[in-house]
Amino acid sequence: MADTAISEKKKTIAFGKKERKLLTDPINDDNPITVQVLGICSALAVTTGMKNAAVMAVAVIFVCTFSNVITSLFRKSIPKQVRMIVQLVIIATLVTVVELTLKAYAFESYKQLSVFIGLIITNCIIMGRLEAFAMANRPYESALDGLGNGIGYGLILLIVAFFREFFGKGEIFGAKIIGATSEYAINTTESTLFGWYQGNNLMVLFPSAMFVIAVLIWAHRAWNTKLVDVS
Amino acid sequence: MGELVNIFIKSAFIENLALSYFLGMCSYLAVSKTVKTAFGLGLAVIFVLGITMPINWIINSYLLSENGIFGVDLTFLRFILFIAVIASMVQLVEMVVEKYSPALYNSLGIFLPLITVNCAILGGSLFMVSKEYNFSESVAFGLGGGFGWFLAIVAIAAIREKIKYSNVPPALRGLGMAFLLTGLMGMAFMGLMGIDPAAF
Repeated sequence: MADTAISEKKKTIAFGKKERKLLTDPINDDNPITVQVLGICSALAVTTGMKNAAVMAVAVIFVCTFSNVITSLFRKSIPKQVRMIVQLVIIATLVTVVELTLKAYAFESYKQLSVFIGLIITNCIIMGRLEAFAMANRPYESALDGLGNGIGYGLILLIVAFFREFFGKGEIFGAKIIGATSEYAINTTESTLFGWYQGNNLMVLFPSAMFVIAVLIWAHRAWNTKLVDVS
Repeated sequence: MGELVNIFIKSAFIENLALSYFLGMCSYLAVSKTVKTAFGLGLAVIFVLGITMPINWIINSYLLSENGIFGVDLTFLRFILFIAVIASMVQLVEMVVEKYSPALYNSLGIFLPLITVNCAILGGSLFMVSKEYNFSESVAFGLGGGFGWFLAIVAIAAIREKIKYSNVPPALRGLGMAFLLTGLMGMAFMGLMGIDPAAF
């Protein structure tokens, strides 16, 4: 009896095929941004630079994982009628934790992200996972699901931010890669790679995020043809 | 009064919530397949923004601020209270509309719960705080923002209805095309952004 109980317990926290699927599905076949189309708002606004995108990605991974775990723990005691408000309060609490942490340890990023930290609360991907997964599954699986979705989301965020920062400012993580190093060095091409390159300001502005994501969706669906929209 | 009209126009056109800040994109993309449903959701957003903005203003300046009734700086509770107000207001509005105007409920009904997680609502409230509007200004900002969002979603729905008959590459069909269109509309609205806000 005791042995079976132990082996069962081991089984529940094992990392098998099913668990791996929970983690990797949201990265490709069920990607939050390019397939589920959830959580677009913040994806567009924070991707002007890779640093901000990375901070946002970490924040969303944190909130998504822990809100999934907490909701999953309480899933049997949350009344159906008020579950939206309960879920939102759980998310809002976690987001407040993120906000205060950023304010204390990364004030620069906190200033630049401004209202978009608060908007993690209404990031549909978190709410969507709570509704679709955490309300019906155990905490361990929910944690994996939250982690997977957070990573799938963060990955797209970083890809979009890479294109926008690289072509917009010629920088990666704030370090100059292509283009002249300063206003005065435009003519000294030997010091930098592609010294003639002028940053494309359109890439820094909002509409370019739309175009980059559209091209990403196009590429993703052309490669993974089962995702093509038939309607 | 002129000041309020200016805030209304500015929030509706120059700082359009949907096309300049890209807020509320999830429902914007999901519900813009036909003009009729887009119209319903747009109206519901104007409605809810117009109601929650003043309520959140009152909460922020009388409960949470240092000069409020508690006399303590409680702004760290802002997110939780704002989202609770929005969620409960949406629920309340749904019940009231259902009771007194079944016709309106039938056209708005299914969209109301969606609005709770529409970033434009919470984003509007957070912008209102960071711009330090007073009470009447926040009402004008809420209505203007809602009107701008309404215009944007109806416009894209009309374009998407037409584009259904065009020959779009299969992988770009639907979602990808909606993104491209929104980007182009955003570029058009950037032309309005060039207007100097100080002129208003």
